[in-house]
Amino acid sequence: MNGFLLSILIWLPMLGAVAVMVAGEQRPAMAKGLALVIASATFLLGLPLFFSFDTSTAAMQFVENRPWIETFNINYHLGVDGFSAPLILLTMLFGVLVVIAGWRSIQKNVNQYMAAFLVMEGLMIGVFAALDALLFYVFFEAMLIPMFLVIGVWGGPRRVYATIKFFLYTFLGSVFMLIGLIYLYIQSGTWEILAWHDMPLSLTVQKWLFLGFLAAFSVKIPMFPVHTWLPDAHVEAPTGGSVVLAAIMLKIGGYGFIRFSLPITPDASAALDWLVIALSLIAVVYIGFVALVQQDMKKLIAYSSISHMGFVTLGLFIAFSIYRRTGGVSGAALGIEGAMMQMISHGFISGALFLTVGVLYDRVHSRMIKDYGGVANTMPWFAMFAVYFLLANSGLPGTSGFVGEFMVILSAFQANFWFAFLAGLTLILGAAYNLWLAKRVIFSDVQNREVENLQDINFREALVLGVLAVAVLFFGLWPQPLIDMMQASVDHLLQHIIQSKVI
Amino acid sequence: MYGAQLLLAAPEFWVLAMACVIMVVDLFLREERRGIIHMLAMLTVIFAAIITLRGDYLVDGMTSVTAFSNSFIRDPMGDVLKVFSFVIMGLIFTYSKFYLRNFKMFRADFFTLSLFALLGVMLLISANSMLMIYLGLELISLSVYALVAFNRDSSRGTEAAMKYFVLGSMASGMLLYGMSMIYGATGSLDLPTIASAIQQQGSDDILLTFGLVFVVVGIAFKFGAVPFHMWIPDVYEGAPPAVILFVSSVPKLAAFAMAYRFLSSGLGELHVHWQSMLAVLALLSIVLGNLAAIMQTNIKRMLAYSTISHMGFVFLGLIPGTAYGFGASMYYVIVYGIMSVASFAMVILLSANGVEAENMDDFKGLNRRNPYYAAIMGLVMFSMAGVPPMVGFFAKLMVLKAVIDAGMMWLAVTAVVFAVIGAFYYLRIVKFMYFDDPEHETTVFAPVDFGTALTLNGAMILGLGMFSSSLIAICMTSFGL
Repeated sequence: MNGFLLSILIWLPMLGAVAVMVAGEQRPAMAKGLALVIASATFLLGLPLFFSFDTSTAAMQFVENRPWIETFNINYHLGVDGFSAPLILLTMLFGVLVVIAGWRSIQKNVNQYMAAFLVMEGLMIGVFAALDALLFYVFFEAMLIPMFLVIGVWGGPRRVYATIKFFLYTFLGSVFMLIGLIYLYIQSGTWEILAWHDMPLSLTVQKWLFLGFLAAFSVKIPMFPVHTWLPDAHVEAPTGGSVVLAAIMLKIGGYGFIRFSLPITPDASAALDWLVIALSLIAVVYIGFVALVQQDMKKLIAYSSISHMGFVTLGLFIAFSIYRRTGGVSGAALGIEGAMMQMISHGFISGALFLTVGVLYDRVHSRMIKDYGGVANTMPWFAMFAVYFLLANSGLPGTSGFVGEFMVILSAFQANFWFAFLAGLTLILGAAYNLWLAKRVIFSDVQNREVENLQDINFREALVLGVLAVAVLFFGLWPQPLIDMMQASVDHLLQHIIQSKVI
Repeated sequence: MYGAQLLLAAPEFWVLAMACVIMVVDLFLREERRGIIHMLAMLTVIFAAIITLRGDYLVDGMTSVTAFSNSFIRDPMGDVLKVFSFVIMGLIFTYSKFYLRNFKMFRADFFTLSLFALLGVMLLISANSMLMIYLGLELISLSVYALVAFNRDSSRGTEAAMKYFVLGSMASGMLLYGMSMIYGATGSLDLPTIASAIQQQGSDDILLTFGLVFVVVGIAFKFGAVPFHMWIPDVYEGAPPAVILFVSSVPKLAAFAMAYRFLSSGLGELHVHWQSMLAVLALLSIVLGNLAAIMQTNIKRMLAYSTISHMGFVFLGLIPGTAYGFGASMYYVIVYGIMSVASFAMVILLSANGVEAENMDDFKGLNRRNPYYAAIMGLVMFSMAGVPPMVGFFAKLMVLKAVIDAGMMWLAVTAVVFAVIGAFYYLRIVKFMYFDDPEHETTVFAPVDFGTALTLNGAMILGLGMFSSSLIAICMTSFGL
């Protein structure tokens, strides 16, 4: 069974999506039920990824490898290591949560909505599991189609603009990567990502490749200044779309840096790390200020996501300055682990925040901060969750939001004081925009009629938020299981990237 | 000896015979029995495919066999192209039957002319001498001129046919002129002899180079590459969609074969010269095709410009002049044929009730009217945009690899950037289908055979993408890879 586990996780949701489409054509209840069963089954089947995961090795596990297109040596090669396994688990968890979250709020073409999310889940698992570069690219691009439709069909008033912008931005970024991948294939005769890790390349070539990867992943994650699609996409997407976008799709950018940029072009990464670090710090600080002035709750959370993703790229790329300065990699390991923690934790928190906005939007049909106020008076349970997640988002110790940021800042200190100083500003800025949002929406007096008549969250909503709240708390207090999972892979990566590949 | 030669051309003779049979049978049929004609036409292509596939003419490691004093060549590449022409032709007949019935144009002439055009395609694919190339080319062109004007009462159809005829004749003239120069320089009409003559006397002959220029013009016109693309939008707009199904797909396969035979088998020594010419044509086609397509509101014109940009991608594969590059181009052109017929089948599908679907607005809300066909059109559009896992992506991937192999990184980068720009207008169709509300709620109806063919067509686009290995291997082995 382990030999097929990843394939099952990829194809079960996708084939299930076809069943949902057909069976749910005229029966929305059927579509929802079936989608929930498929998503839950995928999640349960995927649990061995955590329990049977061998934490002592950086080698790929659950490997599947069979030829796909023999003429070009393209393989259907799947496998996971300490970087991809946690992200796949996260994807599967959200696969279930978005189905539950869309239970009531989606009225139009329910079967297509559910099918789109199942397809997306399968494709995202495929992205994390692929060890063949072309297979990765196929999943990476194919993922755009369901998201394009989700935003465009079930989105807000400016959905067409937002979704086309989303599609074209990402598409443009990734075609440059495709050119790089084809080049690597021509040079090496293989599409194996792991083989490319060990392939010597001249510095000039590495720099071009690095820029190609940067074009793809900086759009995806997204980094300043190519982040502008994200607020638009988030604002217009339906709740489920925002959740998947924030919780998982952005992580694919970070994962891409770990899987492609750092190990394939380590010397270029070292030479151009200033670029990524500078853009990361701009994201952390400048976008943090931008988040402060937003009037729209979803936009605020979207900007906060960009700012948090700045930590991920910072954590990944300070490794080189730490190595240059100290000659060791122990501090750098902290940075990469922090980046990974930040990705997982941001998945939980941002997903939860978009869900809380969704709860309010379902009732009031507005995302504007000014339309709310005093929600705590009518929705005490909801208020508890919302404030908790906002605090976690600002990095409150004891929540998972704290762990990743803290690790990255600690690590940044070893690289350069000013990196750490600027990154540390987020603790102030994050607290400011999160708490100010809480003040304006949740607390103070009841502002208007709509808020007065609000119903508190029902069991279904409480379940979704509760699961995420427990996860945030659990990994905030005891991040060790996750760190154990990735430790071997992080060490392996670091040992790999400090060795020059230049020929 | 002659028997064996005739047998080599058995598929051609079969199609020729059946075209004549259909012409005669039609005289004895009453109006309501016309369906038989369609069945005969389908039989023709099915049996033609079977005959082609069953011909085991290659013995002891030969890669090709020639007949009729070297003017006809039978090789695996030609067979593959022919079989795919038959497959696409079968789809075309099924789609066009629905259209012709709807618009009261169901006459045998359509099928006869189409089969003659198909015969031209087959001859062009198997041409091994300049005479045969010209013969095949003109057989296609003359049949298609008539087909474009098939709707006799449509002034736009007539106008399109006139334009096509005038421009087409000019292109034929150019090609002939080029051929005469090459004949003058090498003293032969058949391509292998030309190749060896050039090898002996060297390739820096001004007469040869001039000849090459005119030949490339002829090829570019056939493909519809910029700046010889002017006829495409007008013909697509004016001709009945049933005819565009043909114009946009099968002749492109023949054009590819012609380009390969001419440029590689015949003028391979002049590679340095034609390489740069093709690079310019490819670049212009991709840039102009994609930019102009964005501005269209008429679906047929949009698809016309999209064809132009796709032909630019086909040219990308030809540029390196390697076996791999030709294989990639061949794959692209087959894939494009399959995608193109599917897109025009959708235009036909929406043309019901005696009104032709012309504007993109006709696609509005298709998902509400019929989610199944909307999904198929979605597949076609994403495939044309080059989004994996659809087959269009793999086609782009292969030609890009060919260009990068040849060291033309700048061309590859430009091509992908314009592919992204091009994605916009395909997305716009998806937007109309999925994001907009329908203008009227009439259901979209298609007869069973039409629906089956379209399903098959859609399955090919997705299936050949996800399991792309076989078709890629077939194209590569045709060139000995």
